[in-house]
Amino acid sequence: MNEIVNVIIFILIILGAFLNLVAAFGVIRLPDVYTRNHAASKATTLGISAILLATFLYYYLEVGHFNARILLAIVFLFLTSPVSGHLINRAAYYSGVPLWEKSVRDELKTEKKQQL
Amino acid sequence: MAFQIALNFFLALTWMFLKNSYDAGSLFAGYLTGFIIIFVFRRFFNSRFYGARIVAVIHLILVLLKEIVLSNLAVLKVVLKPKLDMQPGIFALPTELTKDWEILVLSSMITLTPGTLVMKVSDDNKILYVHAMDVPDVEATISSIKHSFERLIQEVSR
Repeated sequence: MNEIVNVIIFILIILGAFLNLVAAFGVIRLPDVYTRNHAASKATTLGISAILLATFLYYYLEVGHFNARILLAIVFLFLTSPVSGHLINRAAYYSGVPLWEKSVRDELKTEKKQQL
Repeated sequence: MAFQIALNFFLALTWMFLKNSYDAGSLFAGYLTGFIIIFVFRRFFNSRFYGARIVAVIHLILVLLKEIVLSNLAVLKVVLKPKLDMQPGIFALPTELTKDWEILVLSSMITLTPGTLVMKVSDDNKILYVHAMDVPDVEATISSIKHSFERLIQEVSR
């Protein structure tokens, strides 16, 4: 039982750290704000959740301390991260940050012109 | 729905008073009994039986978790690919949802799913502008979003 728990915690922490690392690579490698935002707003959400879940499991199963705040943090993370991704993208678009040259279509352009 | 839940709690309290035992166990037993009673009398309520709605919410959460894992795999694949050959772009997604909270849930779900990110909700709440990592299969994406998420959200709010 103890060994299984250890293995699960180990896998979750490694997975979370790996996802965060990939997100950092994505932010460096991808060409424009919008695609970088994909990497930053998705991979980190799941990565941090995995690390928090591992922390929760460790303290609950090894130390015997049930910490509900960690679970609450995961819920808050999932509620807020899509909204922040959306707002950053929207603000970038409306302040005129261009899309990557190889972008295929842009149906928001007409909408933006009508508003200005 | 709120009325049905309140009624169910009231039935649970009545059960506790009838049994004259005031602990979590008898509250649970009373709640279960009330649940069955409300299910039997479901045709007298204006709204749908609330158990069905809870099942729909759980279904929505499970689908969302699955999609989050898939989206991370998709982003991982794009980032770690040696060549940057994705074709990003913005497309318009017409939606039939009308209430504000439904659109909020839909756009959060779209943002957390494979390769799509909501850029703007149009002022009349009818079109979502979505930035996608890989555009060529837009039609397929739109129809899959429509068939899974929109249907599930409608199922919750019906």
